[in-house]
Amino acid sequence: MADLLDLTVAEATAKIAAGEISGEEYGAAWRAAAATDELNAYLWTAEHAESLEPDWNGDGESAPAGEGDATPYGSNAAAPAGSGPLAGVPIAIKDIFTTQGIPTTAGSRILEGYRPPYTATAVRKLTAAGAHVLGKTNMDEFAMGSSNENSAYGPVLNPWDRGRVPGGSSGGSAAAVAGGLAPAALGTDTGGSIRQPASLCGIVGLKPTYGAISRFGMIAFASSLDQCGPFTRDVTDAALLLGVMQGKDPLDSTSVGIEGGIELPSREDLAGLKFGVPRELGESAVDAGVRAVFEATVAKIEELGGQIVEIGLPHAEHGISAYYVIAPAEASSNLARFDGVRYGLREAGDEDLIEMYERTRSEGFGPEVKRRIMLGTYALSSGYYDAYYGQAQKVRTKIAEDFDAAFGEVDFVITPTSPSVAFELGAKTDDPLAMYMNDFFTVPMSLAGIPAIAIPAGLAAPEEGGASPLPVGFQIAAPAFGEQKLLDAAHALEGALGFEGGARA
Amino acid sequence: MIDREQVLHVARLSRLRLDDAEVETMAGELSGILEHVDRIRSLDLEGVEPTSHVVHLENVLRADTPWQSMPPQVALASAPEPFEGAFRVPSPQADAD
Repeated sequence: MADLLDLTVAEATAKIAAGEISGEEYGAAWRAAAATDELNAYLWTAEHAESLEPDWNGDGESAPAGEGDATPYGSNAAAPAGSGPLAGVPIAIKDIFTTQGIPTTAGSRILEGYRPPYTATAVRKLTAAGAHVLGKTNMDEFAMGSSNENSAYGPVLNPWDRGRVPGGSSGGSAAAVAGGLAPAALGTDTGGSIRQPASLCGIVGLKPTYGAISRFGMIAFASSLDQCGPFTRDVTDAALLLGVMQGKDPLDSTSVGIEGGIELPSREDLAGLKFGVPRELGESAVDAGVRAVFEATVAKIEELGGQIVEIGLPHAEHGISAYYVIAPAEASSNLARFDGVRYGLREAGDEDLIEMYERTRSEGFGPEVKRRIMLGTYALSSGYYDAYYGQAQKVRTKIAEDFDAAFGEVDFVITPTSPSVAFELGAKTDDPLAMYMNDFFTVPMSLAGIPAIAIPAGLAAPEEGGASPLPVGFQIAAPAFGEQKLLDAAHALEGALGFEGGARA
Repeated sequence: MIDREQVLHVARLSRLRLDDAEVETMAGELSGILEHVDRIRSLDLEGVEPTSHVVHLENVLRADTPWQSMPPQVALASAPEPFEGAFRVPSPQADAD
């Protein structure tokens, strides 16, 4: 069994297709592994391959037959297809994606027990390619957080050191892949929620270009920033999953897809490619160990024939400020739908409608979600709109222009993924601003809507000392819809770095 | 910089009910965050176009063909208080607000 779990997704699908291993045994081995979860990575796990029995109204009743791809309301839309490029592969899904008949909470008490009547497009694309839903993973409530400590269902533990956080908001997905509980997982990234946990857990995390993958069925946090993407053990698997999920979706009018699709990367050198290092990086707050790994990786890029060029991102330092106005503003609007009327929690009150709304939302939302709703409502309120929201949108323009200018000179922009390695549980829970600073390097790409990948680049001891070395991520960003080139370069670098995932052992 | 009154006002707009301790904490935390965010207010961005969205959006119409929509009993399956094919709520009239 153990060697089945050592295969990457690309290796496993090749062996299943060649008849060397059985897809059923492979799936069973992963279900058994997921059942041993001690990291609180899963909120729900599939006990059987066929456990997606349609139960879309809670009474065990099957949905009527669907009308093909145009509608998500057909029968058992999450049932795996018999064949396809991901035939037999179980995949862990962040609990922010709706899955027909399977509990979906977004990490919130306000959605406890909710069984959606339809399945998110990204998940439907995976299952249509033969993948199975292995489980639903824990997350910061409504994807708001950088440590997974904001889940209503308890924190997720980092598989490298169970006293530390896995990062967030997709902490369960990252921990599941790093901890050997899933071969791959789906996450979402609004300001770094795929890249930062991938970095803290020593795996690959890809945030595609905004619009590359449909957002239909992804419970909305900040609609102009949210994008889903894969957590995988290597870059090839990230390309495989992106290739299956990307595409324009009639159910999401902001989806675009990637022209020409995605091929599995094979590049092994970086000759002729220019990598931009922001000159502002020198001034940034980065742990010494993380900086050392970053510099060693830059040297590796040069060994592979890549050229390092200094570039400027003068407005990136204002990314956190702009993001923590724009994202909460959009969230305050999106989360208005949780009002105790159509689904989820209702705190009863015979009183009146407003009182029912207020009691439901006060009981159902956790502290960080309330904080962001308040922040967003304040930034949008009369008298403050121009000063905060309007100004933040202008900063967003300047950040995007900085990237445009940089990509006039270089192919990629590189930075550390996170300023530190995984921190201890509870270390930043009392200081929201310190927690937000985890997103310093990932937020600018989100605001610009461009793709970025986090790959594990090495290990570093935590700044405070006294613990074993922990994974350090390296971030590579590319122009919009430049995923193929990004994955090719990341593949070459990954091969040269030879990072060995140690958490599963 | 954000006082108790402002917190209560924004909480009301947000349809959130905060207890006294939460109001205190929220005032302190929001002030701290806004103090950081305030750095962008001093940037001279006169004439810069605001970006609300990175994708060029155009209105789209779907083809006018029948499709499977969600049956009412399914839409109501997760409702806290379904009532004769509808969502039941407390009276909006009771509050003079």
